[in-house]
Amino acid sequence: MPPARWKILETDDTVKSPSPALTMKAAVLIQRWYRRYMARLEMRRRYTWNIFQSIEYAGEQDQLQLSSFFSFMLDNFTQLTGNGSDLISQLLDPVVDPWLDREICYNLIPVPESYTGPRLSFPLSVSDTNALLSAFKEQQTLHARYVLQLLYETKKLLKQMPNIIHLSTSYTNEITICGDLHGRLDDLLLIFYKNGLPSAETPYVFNGDFVDRGKKSMEVVSLLFAYLLLYPDYMHLNRGNHEDHIMNLRYGFTKEVMQKYKTHGREILQLFQDVFSLLPVATVIDGKILIVHGGISDQTDLDFLSSIERHKVKSALRFPRRSLEQLDIGHSCKRMRSTAGSRPSSHSKNQLRKTRQDSAASTSSSSSSSSSSSSSFCSPRTPSCLSPRPCPSSPSMPYTINVLQVPYLDSLSSVPPPPPPPQHDREWRQVVDILWSDPKPQEGCSPNTFRGGGCYFGPDVTRRLLLRHGLQLLIRSHECKQEGYEFCHGGQVITIFSASNYYEEGSNRGAYIKVGRELVPRFYQYQVSRTTRKLTLTQRVRVAEGSALKALKEKLFTHRSELLSSLQQYDQNNTGCVSVSDWAQAFESVLRLDLPWRTLRPHLARLAPDGSVDYQSCFEDMEPGIPLAQVTPNMAETLFRYRTDIEIIFNIIDKDHSGLISIEEFRHTWRLFSAHLGVDVDDRAVDDLARSIDFNKDGSIDFTEFLEAFRVVHKLDNKEQLNGKTAGGKCS
Amino acid sequence: MMEDKQSAEPVVADVHKKITAAFTAFDYESNNTVDVREIGTIIYSLGCFPTQADLHDIIAEVEEDNTGFIALDKFLPVMTKVLLEHKFPPIPEDQLLQAFEVLDKEKKGYLVPEVLTHYLTQEGELFTQEEMDEMLTAFTDHQKNLVYYKDLISQLAADPGI
Repeated sequence: MPPARWKILETDDTVKSPSPALTMKAAVLIQRWYRRYMARLEMRRRYTWNIFQSIEYAGEQDQLQLSSFFSFMLDNFTQLTGNGSDLISQLLDPVVDPWLDREICYNLIPVPESYTGPRLSFPLSVSDTNALLSAFKEQQTLHARYVLQLLYETKKLLKQMPNIIHLSTSYTNEITICGDLHGRLDDLLLIFYKNGLPSAETPYVFNGDFVDRGKKSMEVVSLLFAYLLLYPDYMHLNRGNHEDHIMNLRYGFTKEVMQKYKTHGREILQLFQDVFSLLPVATVIDGKILIVHGGISDQTDLDFLSSIERHKVKSALRFPRRSLEQLDIGHSCKRMRSTAGSRPSSHSKNQLRKTRQDSAASTSSSSSSSSSSSSSFCSPRTPSCLSPRPCPSSPSMPYTINVLQVPYLDSLSSVPPPPPPPQHDREWRQVVDILWSDPKPQEGCSPNTFRGGGCYFGPDVTRRLLLRHGLQLLIRSHECKQEGYEFCHGGQVITIFSASNYYEEGSNRGAYIKVGRELVPRFYQYQVSRTTRKLTLTQRVRVAEGSALKALKEKLFTHRSELLSSLQQYDQNNTGCVSVSDWAQAFESVLRLDLPWRTLRPHLARLAPDGSVDYQSCFEDMEPGIPLAQVTPNMAETLFRYRTDIEIIFNIIDKDHSGLISIEEFRHTWRLFSAHLGVDVDDRAVDDLARSIDFNKDGSIDFTEFLEAFRVVHKLDNKEQLNGKTAGGKCS
Repeated sequence: MMEDKQSAEPVVADVHKKITAAFTAFDYESNNTVDVREIGTIIYSLGCFPTQADLHDIIAEVEEDNTGFIALDKFLPVMTKVLLEHKFPPIPEDQLLQAFEVLDKEKKGYLVPEVLTHYLTQEGELFTQEEMDEMLTAFTDHQKNLVYYKDLISQLAADPGI
């Protein structure tokens, strides 16, 4: 090799060299091609990002639906068997006030000799936290006895803390602020490695969302709590919207705990509930920098926030009973989702929203019978569906009290808004705003309908709050950013996000902020890499893109009936083809994901010879996991779409976590769920299905197997089929 | 562009949508403006092969008075014209191969990174150090420390349809 290389440079005179003009032309050609290639790569990266984000937000919207279902179930628990209602009450509305001490007899839990993990001794010392670090690096699990004791001690400590922690840089060195971790142990370890372990010299603020989504939430949160106990003056934790037991049900933390702690999981989860609700909600540095997880609203009042009893807000998703009745959310189910599903910046949605309301008004009285019933808007039993519409905030009316439009015949009549919420609802709103809000570029403050909680706050809201409290900067997290951090609102707001590769390997960097006495933030970025060889940009984009497209295709599959009926409206002659424009229009109107459909089309659908879209080709690539004779296409689609919710409900009912529930329980729950959503699935068909899944005919269903049947399989992906494991869990 | 349709109207509408989609991908503030530095990326991604001079001309035409931003309503008509008139047509792939063979006088099928760097950072529409580093990281065979340009060409020319 080396000889050849030198040969090129030395034998220029022996080989005829091209003219300078030609060389220049050649160089230009290469440069231009390369730049074009990189531009397209960048474009693909952006689109991939958009897909992930829209699907994630759409998923969070579903959360509202699920929690309204829980409320509905609780309110109607007389219809359930005694079993179900107690369980749900217990998990969702515990009788025990978190302030009181639960009876935790952790010292009665035996730790076997064979246990080689860390044995913590309280009060904790550095050797304990070091032991935890090594243990977790070696994939060990902390024994339940120590977990419980850790949580118990953390709860005791947190009770003494105020809602808002005030820090000062004059006593400490630079303070390090980290954003969402979401169970990514690797990122936390990387931060500790780069920046140092928590100590007097290296104080930290962790800004919420320690758990859910990632696989190591237990380890992450154990470390954070351990350091909190070790250095209560140098370690500070803010609550995030995922420090919420209902969110945990959906997004993986509950599952992780139950899997790692089969015997004591339930106790551990109950303690977590208490601990989460006791986490402080905000931190202020030098009276100048406010740190909260989500953001603010135009109602945010830090003085009021300091005075409330924060532990009373157990979950953002358990609406205070009274406001539930006022807004009648329990019955409005999908209505809220379908009408309120767009982010503030998109303007074309308003037209569509109106059409949907009108069409719903005329069909709401009849029971939905078509196969696209999953798009029916109201539960058959309630003709009136309330659709809160965002209205601009005014001094006299708090922003969350919207004008209620009740469909009556073909028009909409206005209903006077309910009276202002009582005190404890106000408290709930303050906390939810802090944990769930997102900044937006436009001025004003509107309900965050995408997330289903909190609001979108504009630069004017930020300005006013900072001014009122003499602050100069708001640091928040809650949103994934490609570079790990992002400025907005003219530099008054920083988003900091610490889980790298959040959507997929290579999707984004993580970052943390360091701030010293001069209060100027400095950013440090990083990216965890699972592979030992560094992936090129092309490879990373390709991997992320593949993953995003898969997730998107699953969405297509689970909305197949709706999509087809929408497409057929454009294809009156039943040719099976529509123009690209119509195809894009149909997809956007059904899925409401605000994606560049034309650009994505080559990945999703084939063209007919005349350049129109063969829309059936969109659904060719996927099929149900296990084909079951009893499963009609409509049922399959419905169950696919709700499989996460169904899983959550199963997990609640299966109180001993055996993986089995009785057919009776399943039937009851399913009926309620589908009635609430207005889903038209033949009950008898579901019964048949349940019985057929009960393979050993003992009256119980292994619901893991049941759910397996409703996993989407991508036919072209052979590997996944062979493995039989679900790779898609990115959105849950 | 793909096919020539009979009627002009739907074509223009589609072109508008295409341009708007590419534009909004970089519209971070959601106010229909993009940073002028992203314009090159946007134009390339729409399938065009402008020279640097061409890019500068377009920017001069559409930039909002030295603000560093470009508004969609100015960009759209200009870019529509570019696309409909096929102003910056793609360079055929075989020309790209010829270009490499000009640099690889002995037609060995590869170039040494130092040589490639020399050409691309000193000639033509100069690469920045960053662009050069990225290209080399992605396309050098790391074991042999050579750039096999035929592989590079097939990567660059691969059309994902986007």
